[in-house]
Amino acid sequence: MTGPYRRPVPSTWWLHNRAYFLFMLRELTSVFIAAYLILLLILLYRLNAGRGAYESYLRFLGAPGMVTFHVIALAAALFHTVTWFNLTPKVLVVRVGARRVPAPIIAGVNYAAWIVFSALVAWIVLRG
Amino acid sequence: MPDPTITLEIFRYHPEQNETPSFRRYEIPYREDWVVLDAINYIKDHIDGTLAYRWSCRMGVCGSCGMMINGTPRLSCAAFLREYYPNPVRVEPLANFPVERDLVIALDDFMHKLREVNPWLIRAHEQPLSDGEYRQTPDEVAAYKQYSMCINCMLCYAACPVYALEPRFLGPAAIALAQRYNLDSRDQGRSQREAVLSSEDGIWDCTLVGECTVACPEHVDPAGAIQRAKLASMIDWYKRVLMPWGGR
Amino acid sequence: MAGTREPFWWSLFAAGGAVAALLAPVQIALTGIVIARGWAGQSFTYDRALALVSHPLSRLYLFVLISLPLFHWAHRFRFTLIDLGLKWSRALVAGVCYGAAVAGTILAALVLIRF
Repeated sequence: MTGPYRRPVPSTWWLHNRAYFLFMLRELTSVFIAAYLILLLILLYRLNAGRGAYESYLRFLGAPGMVTFHVIALAAALFHTVTWFNLTPKVLVVRVGARRVPAPIIAGVNYAAWIVFSALVAWIVLRG
Repeated sequence: MPDPTITLEIFRYHPEQNETPSFRRYEIPYREDWVVLDAINYIKDHIDGTLAYRWSCRMGVCGSCGMMINGTPRLSCAAFLREYYPNPVRVEPLANFPVERDLVIALDDFMHKLREVNPWLIRAHEQPLSDGEYRQTPDEVAAYKQYSMCINCMLCYAACPVYALEPRFLGPAAIALAQRYNLDSRDQGRSQREAVLSSEDGIWDCTLVGECTVACPEHVDPAGAIQRAKLASMIDWYKRVLMPWGGR
Repeated sequence: MAGTREPFWWSLFAAGGAVAALLAPVQIALTGIVIARGWAGQSFTYDRALALVSHPLSRLYLFVLISLPLFHWAHRFRFTLIDLGLKWSRALVAGVCYGAAVAGTILAALVLIRF
C-alpha cells in the first residue's frame, strides 16, 4: 500500500497563474535596477577618468541598444515603485484609536514624496 | 428539453490499490443555487459512494471543506456552480499538502505549526483572582481582532508558493495566529514566540507574494500580519544590538 | 538572541527598496534616456557633470543611491534564485548575493571618494 501522495512542484510554478507571474516580474525588477546602478557607477568612474573617457561613454549610452535597455529598466523601476508603495500600508500599520489610517493615505504619502523627490532631482540635474 | 447538467472532474487516489492518482468525470444535475460541496455530496449519495472528502458546517465557518477548484484554493461550500457553469469544474485536494485519499489531505504539519507559536495568552505575572478579569478597551480588542478570525481552513497554505517549495515554512495562518497573541494587550509572551518566528523557515522565508491574503475567506490578511511581524522583529533586533543593556 | 541576522538583511532590503522606489525612475530617465537622446542641452557636459558630482552632498546621495538598492537586489534575488529552483545551500546563495552587494558598495565608495 502506498503512503500519502505528494504532488510535485515544477520549477515553472510561477507561470501557472497570473498572480504568481506578476509576483516573479516584481521580484525581477530588482535585477534591472541593479544593472542600471552598475551602468551609473561606470558613468561616474568615466567622469573621474577624464573628458575623453566620459564623452565616449556618453556615446555608448546613446546607442539604440542601451537606450532600449534603459526604457525597459524604467518600466521595471516604475513597476517596483507602484508595487512597493501599494504594499507599504501592509507593513506600516498606523493606528489611531480603534481605526487604522486607511491604506490609500499611507500609499498616497509615498506617492507624493516620490513626485517631490523626482522633481527635485530632475531640477538639480537639468537646470544647466 | 433535458434538465441542465454540469461535469465535475474529481481527483481520485486510492493508496490501498497502489495506483497513481487520476481524474474521474461525473456528470450531475446543475442547480443554480448549488455550491461545489452540494455537487460532491450528490456524487457521493447517488453516483460514487467511494469518494472521500471532508466537510461539516457547509456555511463557511468550520474550515473543513477547503479544496482546489479550477486551480484556486476555495471552500467548496462557498464556490457556487454557477460561477463555472457550463464549463466543467476541476476539483483537487488542497495544494501543498500530502494526499491521504481522494480529496482528503494530511494536515498534521499544519496542526503542529499552530501549536509551535504558543497560541495562548502568556503572562509574566498572573494577576491574583481577587483582582478580577483582565480588561480590554474596544481599541485594544481592535488591535488583534482581525487575526483572531482564522478558521484554520488552510487555503492560505495552499496558495503560498513558499510553502509549496519549502514545507518547513511556518506559514501564513500560524504566523497570523502568533500575531493575534502578540498584539493582544493581555499577552506578555512576545519574546517566547520570537524564537519560533525568527527561526529558519519562520517569518523571514516569506517573500510577500500575498496570495494567502487573497485566498483567505475570513479577511484575516495573513500577509499583512507577517510583514508587521518582520517590522517588529527588525525594530527589536536593532534595539538589542544598539542598546544591549536594555531590559527584557 | 541576535542569532539570526535576517532582520538586519531585511532592514537593508527595506531601505534599499524605498530608495529605489523613490529615485530609480527619475535617475534612469535622466542618465539613461534624457542624456542619451541629447535632450538636456548643457546639463551633462563634462565640466558641468564634474562640478555637479564633485559636491560632497552629491557624492553622498550617489553612494546611498547605488549601495542601498544593491542590497535590496541581493536580498530579493537570493530568494528568487531559490524560487526558480537553484539547489545551492541557503548560506551559499546568501553569501554570493550579499557579497556582490558588498563588492558594489566598496567599488562605489572607491569611485566617489576620488572626486
